[in-house]
Amino acid sequence: MCKRFLGRILASIVVVFGALVFVFCILYLLPGDPVLSILDPATATPEMIENMRKELGLDQPFHIQFGNYFAGILQGDFGTSLVNSDPVLPKILLHFPATLALTLASTIFSAVIGIVLGVLSAIHRNSWIDIVARLVGLFGISMPTFWSGILLILIFSVYLGWFPAMGSDGFMSLILPSLALGFVGAGFIVRMVRNSMLEVIHEHFIVTLRSKGLSEKAVMYRHALRNALIPAITIIGIHIGDLLAGTVIIETVFSRQGIGRVIADAIMARDLPVVQGVIFFSAIVYVVVNLLVDLSYSLVDPRVRRAS
Amino acid sequence: MKEVISAKTVWQAPELQANAQRRGREFDVSQLFVYASGLVILFYVLCALAPQWVAPYEPTLMMTDKILSPPSSTHWFGTDYFGRDVFSLTVYGSRDSLFIGVASVLVGGLFGGALGAFSGYIGGIVDTILMRFIDIVMTIPGILLALAIAAALGPHLFNIILAVAISAIPGYARVMRGQIMSIKSRPFITASRSIGTPHRTIILRHVLPHSWSPLLVMATIGLGSSILIGSGLSFLGLGIIKEIPDWGALLSQGRGYLTVAWWICTFPGLAITLFVLSVNLIGDQLRDMLDPKTSRGR
Repeated sequence: MCKRFLGRILASIVVVFGALVFVFCILYLLPGDPVLSILDPATATPEMIENMRKELGLDQPFHIQFGNYFAGILQGDFGTSLVNSDPVLPKILLHFPATLALTLASTIFSAVIGIVLGVLSAIHRNSWIDIVARLVGLFGISMPTFWSGILLILIFSVYLGWFPAMGSDGFMSLILPSLALGFVGAGFIVRMVRNSMLEVIHEHFIVTLRSKGLSEKAVMYRHALRNALIPAITIIGIHIGDLLAGTVIIETVFSRQGIGRVIADAIMARDLPVVQGVIFFSAIVYVVVNLLVDLSYSLVDPRVRRAS
Repeated sequence: MKEVISAKTVWQAPELQANAQRRGREFDVSQLFVYASGLVILFYVLCALAPQWVAPYEPTLMMTDKILSPPSSTHWFGTDYFGRDVFSLTVYGSRDSLFIGVASVLVGGLFGGALGAFSGYIGGIVDTILMRFIDIVMTIPGILLALAIAAALGPHLFNIILAVAISAIPGYARVMRGQIMSIKSRPFITASRSIGTPHRTIILRHVLPHSWSPLLVMATIGLGSSILIGSGLSFLGLGIIKEIPDWGALLSQGRGYLTVAWWICTFPGLAITLFVLSVNLIGDQLRDMLDPKTSRGR
């Protein structure tokens, strides 16, 4: 058991390192000169550009640049912003709580709605609740978040005035963005849970349980649901990892100060160290969440526990 | 439906009964939806190919006497702050949005599919290395990758397509690899290899024809998400800056007028949703038809 966890953790570290190399390579290889995005090309003299380049270490060959960056990362230094020379990591950590709150709130919303609707719709197939669940599933995965966010603002802020339309302080400002974001996740989870419940219901062990006279409730909630939850956990994990990215759009719509906004602004300003830092940071979050999801399988599924 | 899953009918093969009932009842409703989605998609394709046939006005025509007028019989979706007809803008906007979606699915699906097929067929160390690489790319959320690429390459139609396609490659590669691996181990492939058929023939004649269907399903559903990501990028301001905005840019422009003109954002968003919804419905139907495993469960 312990050995397997250690192996998983080691593999995750390798993946994180790989992600670092990958992000660095992509941004290194892409055309466009970061120096020219800070200095005005019309007024900057060639010497100024050359000096700036030296100052940022951009005149060094690739492996030295990467080595310096990696050495910095190991010491918790993600570099400094090209725009205002702020260190990158504190900037990320400053804005992370707002994004984390949004991610957790929307995940809870989507998991609750998704699992409850998914299970009910599979059990009561073709009933009205099944139709509602399938609609939630389809609309959830089909609506662009920037549109559902705008609709929520229109209805609940502009017309009803119940919630603030923007900002990131306080619980009230969290509700609309997490609804908009959570609806997407709910769509995926409903579809997943419904499908896997329907598959489990047709397994032989369910027939066996019924034929030995177990009540329908016990069969469904104690046995079928447990087996159907595993794919749901996977998809919830993927969503937490991806939500950090989904927040880019939602934080723009609701003008929230999270790391999604940080990277959106950095991309507009071509502030490469910040872009690099945020992408790498979200890769770490993705890997950690996936590791937790993997470990949680063994809690839910005794087969996994025994296999290890 | 309850009686079907109650203990009493265990002896009467509930699965068969369920199937019979399901076929009878679901045919009208969900088949109807699928046909409707097909019509919707055809209409969008018409909008993209020949917008002048559908749109009542020129998208660039500014009617200064009708600035920000609400939806009416002459302007179905209202007008925007320049007095342009929002319905015509939405119709013309479909061109770029659909093109980005279709082209990026083609590019991503071809490259991802080829990569997955190669990796799965070769196996061994090459496969391990390629798949670890895919794992690494997957840790970076698709839209962040697309954002970074689009930002670095600059706002051009082909860069947006490239950005969306690259972010989709890992998914296609994984699906294709899984499919190839399961087919590769079947007896008819072993038999074919044992009589000395060259690899190229095995791949082209035997393996690929058996493995395209999951890729097709994934590409259909991927078309929906590509359009969502593409319009998301242009919503964030990374799209093409043109006289005729695409759907994402249209929404982003209308966002500033939310309190005075709800229609500018609402209708283009509805247009995106309706299209993606139709594509997803067709994708679901395709999966049910092509994948025996899910068609039993659904």
